[in-house]
Amino acid sequence: MPLFKVSIDNITVEVEPGTTILNAARKIGGKIVPPAMCYYSKLKGSGGKCRTCLVKVVRTSASDPRPMPKLVASCSTLVQDGMIVENTISKEVLEARKHVVEFLLINHPLDCPVCDQAGECDLQNLSYEHGVSGSRYEEERRTFERIDIGDLIQLHMNRCILCYRCIYVADQLTDKRVHGILFRGDKAEIGTYIDQVIDNDFSGNVIDVCPVGALTDKTFRFKSRVWFTKPYDAHRECSKCKGKAVLWMSGKEILRVTARKDAYGEVEDFICNTCRFEKKDLDDWTLEGPRNIKHESVISQNLYELIKEPPREPPFKKK
Amino acid sequence: MGIRILTAQMHIEGIQQLDVYRRHGGYEAFRKVLNAMSPPAVLEEVKLSTLRGRGGAGFPTGMKWSFLAKNTGKPAYLICNADESEPGTFKDRYLMEKNPHLLLEGMMISAFALEAATAYIYIRGELFYVHQILERAIGEAYAAGLLGKNILGSGFSLDIHCHPGGGAYICGEETALIESLEGKRGNPRIKPPFPAVSGLWDCPTVVNNVETLAAVPWIIQNGGKAYAAIGVWKSTGTKLMSACGHIRKPGVYEVEMGLPVEEFIYSDEYCGGIRNGNQLKAVVAGGSSVPILPAALILKTAKGEARLITYESLSEGGFESGTMLGSGGFIVMDHTTCIVKNLWNFTRFYHHESCGQCSPCREGTGWMEKVLHRIETGHGKMEDIDLLSDVAKNIEGNTICPLGDAAAWPVRSTIRHFRQEFEDHVNQKRCPFSK
Repeated sequence: MPLFKVSIDNITVEVEPGTTILNAARKIGGKIVPPAMCYYSKLKGSGGKCRTCLVKVVRTSASDPRPMPKLVASCSTLVQDGMIVENTISKEVLEARKHVVEFLLINHPLDCPVCDQAGECDLQNLSYEHGVSGSRYEEERRTFERIDIGDLIQLHMNRCILCYRCIYVADQLTDKRVHGILFRGDKAEIGTYIDQVIDNDFSGNVIDVCPVGALTDKTFRFKSRVWFTKPYDAHRECSKCKGKAVLWMSGKEILRVTARKDAYGEVEDFICNTCRFEKKDLDDWTLEGPRNIKHESVISQNLYELIKEPPREPPFKKK
Repeated sequence: MGIRILTAQMHIEGIQQLDVYRRHGGYEAFRKVLNAMSPPAVLEEVKLSTLRGRGGAGFPTGMKWSFLAKNTGKPAYLICNADESEPGTFKDRYLMEKNPHLLLEGMMISAFALEAATAYIYIRGELFYVHQILERAIGEAYAAGLLGKNILGSGFSLDIHCHPGGGAYICGEETALIESLEGKRGNPRIKPPFPAVSGLWDCPTVVNNVETLAAVPWIIQNGGKAYAAIGVWKSTGTKLMSACGHIRKPGVYEVEMGLPVEEFIYSDEYCGGIRNGNQLKAVVAGGSSVPILPAALILKTAKGEARLITYESLSEGGFESGTMLGSGGFIVMDHTTCIVKNLWNFTRFYHHESCGQCSPCREGTGWMEKVLHRIETGHGKMEDIDLLSDVAKNIEGNTICPLGDAAAWPVRSTIRHFRQEFEDHVNQKRCPFSK
């Protein structure tokens, strides 16, 4: 089948039919890629909800030159041949995005100083780029009690933006679904049917897919700000997952283990709970080298520019 | 009195029963279809009638049916949307309660046209007694061989199931309805794909409103052309209006399309004028989501023409000076009404009913409700009025489903037409209408 030609912010790219506008933009890369808080390419059915990826379609296709009547979610709108899309060059889009960010923030606690996600938080980045310094919201924010989902994960619902990614992880990665959305509207919350723990080898991935600090790793809570830790690529033999992970180190200590994430904050391979929560000893891992964080965030700033290869000893030799 | 299509038999004692319904010509249209018509011929009649969807959007029914994906190897489904929950709208309940067989006959004919062997009625859960009336009527139809396998020896088979909802307004949105019918959380789906291609269990599906389907037997009996001859231009046939508020005679009225709004409000045949001889202040013409209009603009358009009950006339002037026919939920307010309080009440409803899936609606509806509550209770500021309008603008058009628009339109239109009243609340630090 012939490729579709689509123009995004005046840059033309050719993509397979069935590609979304967002993925076409990712093929181009750079600043013209719309932000995505709920879409996750590895989770089927995700996307369309957060509305941060709204773009303007000024020409639907070569055969239908009309614009689309409303802004569309680029993550769930398929490209057509000859489509012309405006993202960063459209004032209307930037204005709408600014207000979507405003909506996402009105009930968000803005407790970044005590939030483990700070420094690698998609909402923090998004509001830095598209938000405003003040808020027009003067009302009381919705609040929830924190919930421990088992020993390893904490749900801080106040921070949740209801992207549904963790729901899709529970649905698609774990064999016994005990995780869903309860209630409606701004009272909706992530639920585990009355405090049932997510007792599953892959449940920890909900932490990695969470774009904010709503789901955090209890083995890492308050140990360090992420930007003080040094990420290293490492792998180990694992019977449950590929065992490819990033170790977030402070000196010789592994403070936390996460999956490897790409430039859009999406994991390359989901990892199992054994790798994530139990293997905190350097002997468990084979180090590959410093992790270059492509995802634009505080943690990607100036970490390894001068490092050619990872230091082998010390600090990596065990006592 | 105008022609009656949907309510013609409602005065007949026992019309809910199959034998009485049949004695008065019931199921003759279905028999005609089975004996003498092909599915494309039925579709053609409905197209000729230019019947438009009565749920609110007014999409041409024949066109909707013709979009149904054909030869997919999957079964097609017909769903009757009976999840009527828009504030001010109670016409479908009336129709189903008074004449359940009319809806069933309409569904049978429509299912035949769509070549669907299974049809569902998704009824609002609160209408439990109506659910029981429908179940009883469906039972009678099965017993009489009007439903089931090989109906009346025609080779056409149809099952109708009635499914009560769990109490969410959002399940009236067709894709949320389908999710709910599948046993899932009633969240609207992201479109496309539309139900005509991938609906119930990913099969081609048509979702029609109760009133739409109930008009089909008459169209078959009298011909699409006869139906199209009633009404004005692209608004054909009759419309059920559920009138409520400060009128002397609230109730459900069947009107011919093209009836002047003024006549509808003031004639003794319909609403009977405003209660206690009060002044008309404002009207919400098509259910709580459509823009509110002040008395002057609901009676006459901005151009000075008489406003008629048609899709086109009510939307004349766009949202600047017009509104929409919507579902026909006609809410009348007299001069004693606090418009701000009314808006707060509407907004509270949409806040409560937002599914919470997409950010602008989830966050924006609650924000608007809180600001409105402050203004109504005398704690508002002048800037709040523009803030409200701006929040509504930022929701509008940016959501997954039309609930966001439905929440935004009343806010924007009320501020547009009644700004002074908001300012009075702010200046007086109280509701000027509270005693």
